[in-house]
Amino acid sequence: MASSSTTTAPVYSDTVVRGFALMSVVYGIVGMLVGVIIAAQLAWPELNLGISWLSYGRLRPLHTNAVIFAFGGSALFATSYHVVQRTCQTRLFMPKLAMFTFIGWNLVIVSAVITLPMGLTQSREYAELIWPIDILIAAVWVSYAIVFFGTVGTRKIRHIYVANWFFGAFIIAVALLHIVNNIQVPTSLTHSYSVYAGVQDAMVQWWYGHNAVGFFLTAGFLGMMYYYIPKQAGRPVYSYRLSIVHFWALIFTYMWAGPHHLHYTALPDWAQSVGMIFSLVLLAPSWGGMINGIMTLSGAWHKLRDDPILKFLIVSLSFYGMSTFEGPMMSIKTVNALSHYTDWTVGHVHSGALGWVGLISMGSLYHLIPRMFGREKMYSTRAIELHFWIATIGIVLYIAAMWIAGVMQGLMWRAVNPDGTLVYSFVESVKATYPFYVIRLGGGLLYLTGMLIMGWNTYMTVRSGKAVEARIPLVVAHA
Amino acid sequence: MDILYLLIPLSAVLVLLIVGVFGWALHKGQFDDVEREGSRILENDPAAVDVDQSRPT
Repeated sequence: MASSSTTTAPVYSDTVVRGFALMSVVYGIVGMLVGVIIAAQLAWPELNLGISWLSYGRLRPLHTNAVIFAFGGSALFATSYHVVQRTCQTRLFMPKLAMFTFIGWNLVIVSAVITLPMGLTQSREYAELIWPIDILIAAVWVSYAIVFFGTVGTRKIRHIYVANWFFGAFIIAVALLHIVNNIQVPTSLTHSYSVYAGVQDAMVQWWYGHNAVGFFLTAGFLGMMYYYIPKQAGRPVYSYRLSIVHFWALIFTYMWAGPHHLHYTALPDWAQSVGMIFSLVLLAPSWGGMINGIMTLSGAWHKLRDDPILKFLIVSLSFYGMSTFEGPMMSIKTVNALSHYTDWTVGHVHSGALGWVGLISMGSLYHLIPRMFGREKMYSTRAIELHFWIATIGIVLYIAAMWIAGVMQGLMWRAVNPDGTLVYSFVESVKATYPFYVIRLGGGLLYLTGMLIMGWNTYMTVRSGKAVEARIPLVVAHA
Repeated sequence: MDILYLLIPLSAVLVLLIVGVFGWALHKGQFDDVEREGSRILENDPAAVDVDQSRPT
């Protein structure tokens, strides 16, 4: 322990940062490709070619796991390991254990790629992976926590920078959520039963599901936001005080938003209402954080014109603001009565996933990758600019199509004739959705194209760069 | 809804834990000079590190 943190050459341990950053780009391409395939299958179901491995029900969890845990997860590992070292001015605590998290996490992803198309699943949304893989995830995650908090504990700067608080909360919350939600009784190597049953099981699942959004897809990426926006803009965050308020307010209010996924179900009415109220309260810290991030550019807006990386980072925040307004609104029971089970939900998720999580990760990686390979910037800045515009147009097409489709479906399903019979059969609403599925596919294709451009740009950057050891600034101990 | 007997105490423990960590941070002076901390990450020069803020090792 002491040997890894205090000895010899004062250089940062960046090997694992490089590995995760590059794998994030690779997994981004794979996960988005699977997304495009299943989007096409929704418009043209024959595209599963009659092969069970390629059927929608099996590829859909592969898509969600690949983009959330493989692409997003790797980006979070890379950036958190980078940020915690730079802001604490010390190298990673136990670098070998950090390397284990890299290998272990990739093993998890490879096993997901094999088991999910085989149809091996726990049938819990965003927690589909079967129990042996869940145990590996738990082992990786505990190691991650040891490395991260060990690094914070051996820091050379007394103050713990706000980004580390967000990363830390993300790591602890995900450990807790993952373990509680995956308590299973195995019946064989590939099958198990949840210890919870019925509505209890649904409550645990959505307590997990929504907090996964809150802590995996929000808190972790806010950690990125609070480091890479100030770094890229060359200015401190607009209000550091507000960033601290943002952090504590967000983690205090997030835990009980989950029941809004179970409106009008067997869940007790009061629990649904509690979920709705907490969801509405969340608007305040979310918007506080968004305004704080965007206002970092206050007085230097011209930087946004010339710097495509800042465009990624700032536009991601505007999608964060949009989806954190839309989410609380959709959690209101009367709105939810229209939106639930429609493609509006899918549109909402993707405005957060493509707009917020995707763009902030890409922007942060564009900042990080060249610096990890001894270059000042990516191989091609124009390619970043092109990626930005293609991705943004893709997102707008995607979410606009899903909004229209969702509201239309909701209205068609609830339309009744004067005699009380339904005006439309279900299949009529499916038929009416067809053009929007095609537009959504177009949006997804654009987004994937952007990611391919990023893959090329990353390849060219790494090829012409060299992994360099970065020296840790020497802090003189107080004499 | 027996599950609430697990989830609600779990949340309560978590909130107490968060309050504890917040108290620790406050007590340790993490929020004493907050606006200055925002610009520290932009200082690349090793000499710019405030000696008083460093931990004796």
